[in-house]
Amino acid sequence: MTASVRRTAHPVAWWGWALLLATAAGRTGNPWLLLLIIAVAGLVVTWCRGSEPWSGAYRVFLFIGLSAIAVRMAFYVVFGGSDGPTVLFSLPSATLPAWAAGFRLGGDVTAEGALAAAYDGLRLATLLICVGAANALASPRRLLRSVPAALYEVSVAVVVALSVAPQLVESVGRVRRARALRGNTSRSPANLMRTVVSPILHDALDRSLALAAAMASRGYGRATGIPAPARRATEASLLIGLIGLCAGAYALLGAATPAPLAWATVAVSAGIAVFGIAFASKRVPHTRYRPDRFGARDWAVVASGAAAVVGTVLSGIYEAAALWPATNPLTVPDLPLWAAGGILLATAPALLVPSSRGGTP
Amino acid sequence: MNGIAFDHVSFAYTGRPVLDDVSFDLPEGEFCLLVGPTGAGKSTLLKAVNGLVPHFTGGTISGRITVAGREVRGSTPADLADLVGYVGQDPLAGFVTDEVERELAYTAEQLGVAPAAMRKRVTEIVDLLGLADVRDRDLAALSSGQRQRVAIGAALVAGPAALVLDEPTSALDPTAADEVLSALHRLVHDLGVTVLLAEHRLERVAQYADSALLLNGGKVTAGPVGKVLAVSPVAPPVVDLGRLAGWPGPPVTIREARRHAAGLRETLAGLVPASVVETPTGPPLLEARGVTVDYPGGVRAVNGTDLVAGRCERIALMGRNGSGKSSLLWALQGTGKRSGGTVAIAGADPATRKPAERRTLAGLVPAEPADLLYAETVAAECEGADRDGRVPNGTCAKILVDLVEGVDPQAHPRDLSEGQRLALALAVTLTAAPPLLLLDEPTRGLDYPGKAALANRLSRLAEAGHCVVVSTHDVEFGAEFASRVVILSDGEVVADGPARQILSASPMFSPQVEKVLPGWLTVAEVAAALPNGTSDDD
Repeated sequence: MTASVRRTAHPVAWWGWALLLATAAGRTGNPWLLLLIIAVAGLVVTWCRGSEPWSGAYRVFLFIGLSAIAVRMAFYVVFGGSDGPTVLFSLPSATLPAWAAGFRLGGDVTAEGALAAAYDGLRLATLLICVGAANALASPRRLLRSVPAALYEVSVAVVVALSVAPQLVESVGRVRRARALRGNTSRSPANLMRTVVSPILHDALDRSLALAAAMASRGYGRATGIPAPARRATEASLLIGLIGLCAGAYALLGAATPAPLAWATVAVSAGIAVFGIAFASKRVPHTRYRPDRFGARDWAVVASGAAAVVGTVLSGIYEAAALWPATNPLTVPDLPLWAAGGILLATAPALLVPSSRGGTP
Repeated sequence: MNGIAFDHVSFAYTGRPVLDDVSFDLPEGEFCLLVGPTGAGKSTLLKAVNGLVPHFTGGTISGRITVAGREVRGSTPADLADLVGYVGQDPLAGFVTDEVERELAYTAEQLGVAPAAMRKRVTEIVDLLGLADVRDRDLAALSSGQRQRVAIGAALVAGPAALVLDEPTSALDPTAADEVLSALHRLVHDLGVTVLLAEHRLERVAQYADSALLLNGGKVTAGPVGKVLAVSPVAPPVVDLGRLAGWPGPPVTIREARRHAAGLRETLAGLVPASVVETPTGPPLLEARGVTVDYPGGVRAVNGTDLVAGRCERIALMGRNGSGKSSLLWALQGTGKRSGGTVAIAGADPATRKPAERRTLAGLVPAEPADLLYAETVAAECEGADRDGRVPNGTCAKILVDLVEGVDPQAHPRDLSEGQRLALALAVTLTAAPPLLLLDEPTRGLDYPGKAALANRLSRLAEAGHCVVVSTHDVEFGAEFASRVVILSDGEVVADGPARQILSASPMFSPQVEKVLPGWLTVAEVAAALPNGTSDDD
């Protein structure tokens, strides 16, 4: 292939970068760092995203993040939380009886408590915005294309499910407009069931039958020629591996099992699962059209995300207090330098990956 | 070596025969047109070629079907993916991925074609179908003609010996349909694929086909296109004209017909079409000024459109797909979005009224008439419509009987034929007695008799005092129905005037008869003007 068409980074690299950035956000409550992470994510998204329909995801998640902060604040005002000496205003309060865990409703709203709640909300918002950045940079569909061949059928099912959602939205709009044409504005559940839900289900069923027929006509689900024992062995090893992983995770979190045993369980079952996937992938008769390759630049993108996490770890060692600033007494929090440096390194993809909207392929 | 061969094939759903001892043999590389009235079983025949019948539909099949010498019966559609490509009416319903190239490669991925071979194959298909400019776009961003070409390309990537297409152009405007059909025509030459294509709008397809199959009452007649269409109950206007004038053949294309037309032109020289020109009575019923419809993302679907219409007018709103026809209709009715401008129907703005009152001003039959129908039976639907409209019981049922006869009141609305379902939706809409009647693309899935019946029904409604506005890109239906034509392009009115004048001036929207006999729009007009010898046609 001569001209490299729209080479953006590998979807796994984008998701890795974004999730590492989210991990860094999860490790701190410092508002300066959180705002910095949001800014870094925003910069990289504006610079590197394509012009696909999902590229607007960042803005959507920005709004979701803002509403997360608002909800957290509302919860603080209603249910209370950490307190301080600076009372902003007081609400009439009521303490729930002991069987309802003795919650206090209303009461004093303090500046310290409000600030702590705001920090907390900001942290949640930052996590959400990181996920939004991942969505904007590489759609979940592109990510699914990189799953191992053995999980192909699963990934097709997910892709189809993802395309059903927008179709359902469209179908709801159509049915509601048609309902208005009949002059039907009744809101009784029976009427809604008959005039909205049932036509939509009809529609969804028709569509899925049409899609199933189209997929079959195009070779989906051909007799694959894998011998039945091999297929069963693969399925069994996948299942055993996953059950083992769950058991190992449970053992790790609980205190009853000795740590080495728990770690061993996790390692062995992960091994079984990986073997199962690898074994099955070799036998799958499908091929991939232009698989995304994971190159040096993709490693660099992931590494820049990891730098943010490393920064927060170093700050945790050298300036732990600044990572979790106290709100009582009220002070302006310091900026932890290690963490800030790490997060700034995470802007590297903006330089590494060419803007995909700039040059037309 | 043959292409597609049926040998004594019969098929029946439980107790209802669809194909009755069908035998034919298409040579390799033939472009064959499958014609027949609505409900004759054309889709069933096409699906039998790639195994969707009976694997997806049930029913019992007997006989032998071979494609390129390979026995088809007993194999599933997936096993036949390398042998038969299948393209349906709505490409969006069959897309599995969301990008053009991935969609094209999908079948090859399923068949396990090696990546290098797959890239070469996809590139070839992209070039053959003229998709090079859009190869890495999203499917959602394509025009309807491009989408249909992608669907055809996707079916061809595996290199099948045969391609079956079920009404591939019925949702397309004339230009997009031409794009698709000429691409298909080129493929037949370049790849030697055997093509079997079913279509209602024969005027678009007939010129490309090498041969035709007529499916009627479960029986098949095969032969050259002209011979088959001459005996077919559904035929494009140019064939009907040829039959009327007794031209040998009869001619299938405009060019052939023009060669024979000199005599008929002379006969018609002094005559004028006996058209009924109604003058709108009284003050205008509909007065829309500067109507604008904006959608999120800066898309302006309708851009400052004026439309003034009176009672008894029959208006065809024509234009390419995406020219804003539907958006304008919905905005006029008041249920759809209107971003600017004013609409007055009998002096009232429908958008400010409650839905129940709005539908007494303007009724709209949406592009999918089934959306208006909820009940389990036709009778229950009519009763529901009476309740919705607060009119005496039996009103809707009476309107339905006036519109179309022979609808079983106990049938499920989804089991009706396309024409009957449209009539039921129309009856439900008319129950509210709106003076303004709007129909969005009503001719999809209707054959020629169905369209003629619809045009007739709508004309009667116009005579009764309704103002009827139909959005359509079906040229022949527009010619048959309209007294006035409004052409929209990019949300703006580019032409508005009497049907005869507008249609004959537009190369894209002029009907077949006009192309052969300038000044005349339909076969019926010509037949009425001819002095005698016209009655032996029926």
